[in-house]
Amino acid sequence: MIEFRRVSKLYSNGTVGLQEVDVTIHSGEFVVIVGLSGAGKSTLLRSINRLHEITAGDIVVDGKSITHARGEELRHMRRGIGMIFQSFNLVKRSSVIRNVLSGRVGYHSTIRTLLGLFPKEDVQLALNALARVNIQEKAYIRADQLSGGQQQRVSIARALAQEAKIILADEPVASLDPLTTRQVMDDLRRINQELGITMVVNLHDIDLARQYATRIIGLRAGEIVFDGPVGEATEERFTHIYGRSLREEAASIGGEAL
Amino acid sequence: MKNNPLIRRPWLHIRWWLVAVVIVSLYVWSFTGIEFSGIRENAGTVTVAILQGMISPDWDYVYLAEGEDLLRGMIDTLAIALLGTFISAFLCIPFAFWASTNMNRWKWSSGVGKFILSFIRTFPEIVMAIMFIKAVGPGAYAGILALGLHSIGMLGKLYAEAIEKIDRGPAEALLACGANRLQVLWYGVIPQVLPEFMSYTLYRFEINVRSATILGIIGAGGIGTPLIFALDSRNWSRVGIILLGIIITVSVVDIISNYVRRKIV
Amino acid sequence: MSPISVTPPPTNEGRSGDEGAPSMAKPSHTKSIMTAAFIIVLLWLSAERTDATLTQLVTGAPEMGKLLVEMFPPDWSYLTTIWAPMMETVQMAVLGTSIGALLAIPIALLASGNVTRSKWLYIPARLLLNLVRTVPDLLFAAIFVAIFGLGAVAGVAALILFSFGLISKLLYESIEAIDPGPLEAMTAVGANKLQWIRFGVIPQVTAQFISYLLYTFEVNVRAAGVLGLVGAGGIGLLLTRVLDQLRYDRACMIILLTLVIVLVIDYISYRVQEKLL
Repeated sequence: MIEFRRVSKLYSNGTVGLQEVDVTIHSGEFVVIVGLSGAGKSTLLRSINRLHEITAGDIVVDGKSITHARGEELRHMRRGIGMIFQSFNLVKRSSVIRNVLSGRVGYHSTIRTLLGLFPKEDVQLALNALARVNIQEKAYIRADQLSGGQQQRVSIARALAQEAKIILADEPVASLDPLTTRQVMDDLRRINQELGITMVVNLHDIDLARQYATRIIGLRAGEIVFDGPVGEATEERFTHIYGRSLREEAASIGGEAL
Repeated sequence: MKNNPLIRRPWLHIRWWLVAVVIVSLYVWSFTGIEFSGIRENAGTVTVAILQGMISPDWDYVYLAEGEDLLRGMIDTLAIALLGTFISAFLCIPFAFWASTNMNRWKWSSGVGKFILSFIRTFPEIVMAIMFIKAVGPGAYAGILALGLHSIGMLGKLYAEAIEKIDRGPAEALLACGANRLQVLWYGVIPQVLPEFMSYTLYRFEINVRSATILGIIGAGGIGTPLIFALDSRNWSRVGIILLGIIITVSVVDIISNYVRRKIV
Repeated sequence: MSPISVTPPPTNEGRSGDEGAPSMAKPSHTKSIMTAAFIIVLLWLSAERTDATLTQLVTGAPEMGKLLVEMFPPDWSYLTTIWAPMMETVQMAVLGTSIGALLAIPIALLASGNVTRSKWLYIPARLLLNLVRTVPDLLFAAIFVAIFGLGAVAGVAALILFSFGLISKLLYESIEAIDPGPLEAMTAVGANKLQWIRFGVIPQVTAQFISYLLYTFEVNVRAAGVLGLVGAGGIGLLLTRVLDQLRYDRACMIILLTLVIVLVIDYISYRVQEKLL
């Protein structure tokens, strides 16, 4: 469970990132956050694992405040939250399995991880995670030899190996073509349904959001302007909220990303 | 001159003349500054003697049972270069992170790091070797320390450039996984820069082998010491064999190192 | 519509995990372990050979620091003494670089496969310039001191050979990379070999040649600073003296002045290159 309690973010140059966000995401939900570019989607997502700091309010993950967590406490909370990035963020020169295993570093002592001595169970866990996204056979290949879609699946495996209860995905398909987009989104849905992992996904594509989400949150200028089940997220409603069709926006963003 | 003949531009002529005058006076100044009168009359015969020494070198010097021969001198030289390179390859890492703009919160901090590296570079290794001889006594050890310290300047700069080129994404992903700073460095940064580090280190090794051949001139070990003795005692056939030894060793090191570097990156 | 257009676009996104089975096997680390072991053995043998122990390395580290501390503050008053020898150093570098560069031009042309064409010419030329490059400048200086006697002439001679090696290598690489179009055009108009070089090759590499010249000049000013250690003139003579007297503050002054001169040259050559390119 992720609780936002009156969360605000003000950038040092005066820009408002988030404005009094008050929302609760329950375990097992598949939440998609939509909004125009610059609406604060990424800020919202990254404040959950504190890759971005907030300036006011409190974020509570599974009953513990991550806002007030320090040092090891913060790292322990982070290892329970997986993250998937638009640009995959794999070490391209390392092997696939090493990238997946890097999700385990939060569980072991510094010395042990620096020596690369992961226990056998971790290696098995990593291989199982790769199997779940159907790329187990690529385990010992260098990450840069994989296609974009395969690389994104490696980063999903990394989050799985982390044994995370929550997975945050920041525009996970913006760099992918339509076919691989579908595969990656299917993987995320399967993981959500089979393992009960909470998904919080940023998307700029409202059609995709409607297809996969159980709940949609709409952001505008750092404020929540829509929060409800997929059924309520109609085209008319969004056009009304944003003053224009989100679909056009999606097309333009999609064009930039590709 | 690309003047359009239809439009005469006299100032362009004047500028070219000015440049010519500056260059000519630079050379006049340089030639008058050098004392040419002190040349020995026997320069020609000595040159011929050295060339003859290289054509008919003192092959016996290659291996002497009692030691102090070319083979051991070259091995010493290579050992000095290897250890010096090895030391600097590690010592320069903190400097490299200090000097790289993307690993520092403040811009001035990386500026300070860069300045320290270029300051180290301005001290020639041979000057450092003289200083270390004062500190630890003459011998190969002083040479190793001199190369180890001097090479930090260049390796640190090259490493820093490699660090500045990295993709920040993996480090961010590691942070999100709950990794601490060391783990982020080890899993997110080091794998990205390691091949460059190794390639630059090999390149510096090529340079250090050349440098190590001259350290002996001031007593810091290696083949330079017997070479300077042979030159002083006018033992031209020995000078010849040592020069041949240096040329062959450096060439072989260059070839091997080039081959390995091409395979790494 | 041809029937081909209905086939799905080709993709390497194979969802079935059975075809890449061989790569499932964990690759062996034998090669990297062997390499690491080889390097460690080399280092260990080197340490044995040179009597350099790890404890010595650790105890040597503070010595490095101590010497650096003794250099500050530099002896500013020493500037008046070192100015004249410093200028001699620059003069040596000017002559060494220019003469070396002039000698480098024909060899670079000979070594370029696209100019010379004949293996029997360019391979020996490349061999020569690679051989010259294996000998460090100070070693040349030591030999020329034996030939010419103590003084700046030996230094200039050493710098000539050193610059020759450096510039000819750089120049030959740029000549090999030039655009073949103008060369063909010169052949087509019936130019002889010298005209062909003068109008086809030289205009294409002049700017690079000058930038190599300036770069080598900068390297040579640094190098000329230490040639005095073997008696080949310049500021190095004073450097040896003050180091013998343990006057590290004065040594620091010499090095700082060298640094300033190099920075000035760096700035001038940067401006010149801006004008040229």
